[in-house]
Amino acid sequence: MSLISATGLGVSYGGRRVLFDINFQIDRGEIVTVVGPNGSGKTTFLRALLGVVPPSRGGVHRAKGLRVGYVPQNLHIDPGLPLPVARFLSLPHRHSPAAMAEVLARVGVPDVAGQHMTTLSGGQFQRVLLARALLAAPDILMLDEPTAGLDQPGVASFYRLIDDVRRDMGCAVLSISHDLHVVMSASDRVICINGHVCCEGAPHVVRAAPEYRALFGLGTGGALALYQHSHDHEHDHDHCHESGNDHAHEKEHADHAG
Amino acid sequence: MLDDFLMRALLAGLAVALATGPLGCFVVWRRMAYFGDATAHAAILGVALALGFQISIFMGTMVVALMMAMTVSVLAGRGWAMDTTLGVLAHSALAFGLVAVSFLPTVRVDLTAYLFGDILAVSRFDLAVIFAGSAVVLGLLCWRWSALLTATLNEDLAHASGIHPGRERLVLTLALAVVVAVALKIVGALLIAALLIIPAAAARNFARGPESMAMIAVVLGAVSVWGGLELSLPQDTPSGPSIVVVAAVLFLLSTVAGSLLVQFGRR
Repeated sequence: MSLISATGLGVSYGGRRVLFDINFQIDRGEIVTVVGPNGSGKTTFLRALLGVVPPSRGGVHRAKGLRVGYVPQNLHIDPGLPLPVARFLSLPHRHSPAAMAEVLARVGVPDVAGQHMTTLSGGQFQRVLLARALLAAPDILMLDEPTAGLDQPGVASFYRLIDDVRRDMGCAVLSISHDLHVVMSASDRVICINGHVCCEGAPHVVRAAPEYRALFGLGTGGALALYQHSHDHEHDHDHCHESGNDHAHEKEHADHAG
Repeated sequence: MLDDFLMRALLAGLAVALATGPLGCFVVWRRMAYFGDATAHAAILGVALALGFQISIFMGTMVVALMMAMTVSVLAGRGWAMDTTLGVLAHSALAFGLVAVSFLPTVRVDLTAYLFGDILAVSRFDLAVIFAGSAVVLGLLCWRWSALLTATLNEDLAHASGIHPGRERLVLTLALAVVVAVALKIVGALLIAALLIIPAAAARNFARGPESMAMIAVVLGAVSVWGGLELSLPQDTPSGPSIVVVAAVLFLLSTVAGSLLVQFGRR
């Protein structure tokens, strides 16, 4: 049985139709990436799946007792609220210092437990958000553009971390992205959204789909050629995941990110 | 012991500080300062209605404060700018309250006690009500603490953890209405929000975590009450403003001390 499914899902804000006719499901252990241009309703889609936004049509079904690890796009912490990392990780449920130390080490920021959330760098902050999500022992990780604000090596190492974590914990991963080329190589399935599901399938299928090309307009200049190259690069890695070379590369990424 | 009016006043003030400390922290964290003000101002309308209908002042203010808080929540949900909504409602409630009181056929009501508090006139019964109200608020906040804190941080994050942010907001609204009702006697409608915000803001300068901030706010609130009483008795100053004056001085001192600590790199 799928973890979360949506049938004929539609969401409207004040009469404006943001999402319509969306059928979706995600199964245990699957990695699904939702892509779409700005304003395509991808964040609304995630929030509808979380149950934050009530559907105006159709419905969302979550498996009974589903544990969700949610990583928001960004998290504003009011300057009036003193919040050490260790306290943040224990929201809403307390965890032992040992469990927190373990998960912080797992996501690559072992020394930040005593720091305040506001003193973390962008990369550290995202990893702490991920650590909090992991402490819930989630069935599914839901990530809303988790790498916004990170540089490219930072993005690459963050997604590699997600991939590793997924393999350790066996949780499903549903992430939203507009920087397609990094995400796609790790995904089992890509769903391209623009109000509705434009196209869906394995990464290479979606990349070739005319709907996707119409939305993202491939082949429009130098910057894109750079991305293209980067993407092929990632793809190669995907085929030789266990090679030592790959690890060296990851470390390099991590160093750059730190 | 309770025969002494000064002891009753002190106990009442300390009981209120126990509730306003943690609640004030949420008011600061959620940027509800003006919201608290509007709810407190509505208490005057509650006083007028309570006197008019011959019900207890405590019930009257609590019900009106609660209705006020609910109205603000509903209007804010409809896309009105929050500060405009609050500006309209807070002052309207105060004005309606003041006008309504003047219509009362009974003996002329001394409004000063309700506007600025009358902590020295706390009766045994008042004391019991204040203790009960503060205990309810403190219990409510302790019980929902973790959920409230998560929902305050980020509503989507709370939702994903199975917390309903709307329910937590309701908890805070209820707590605020009760605090307004019990604190009316202590500092008066005009300064209730000050008792919520100033100790919490002062506590921020030293606090290392949300829990310590709430506890420091309680201590500072209690010191303000005690200091305010000490100030108001010999000088015969109004009790509510005296308490707030002490709180403001504490805020100033803690801000200076806090920045000195930062300067010397001890944080």
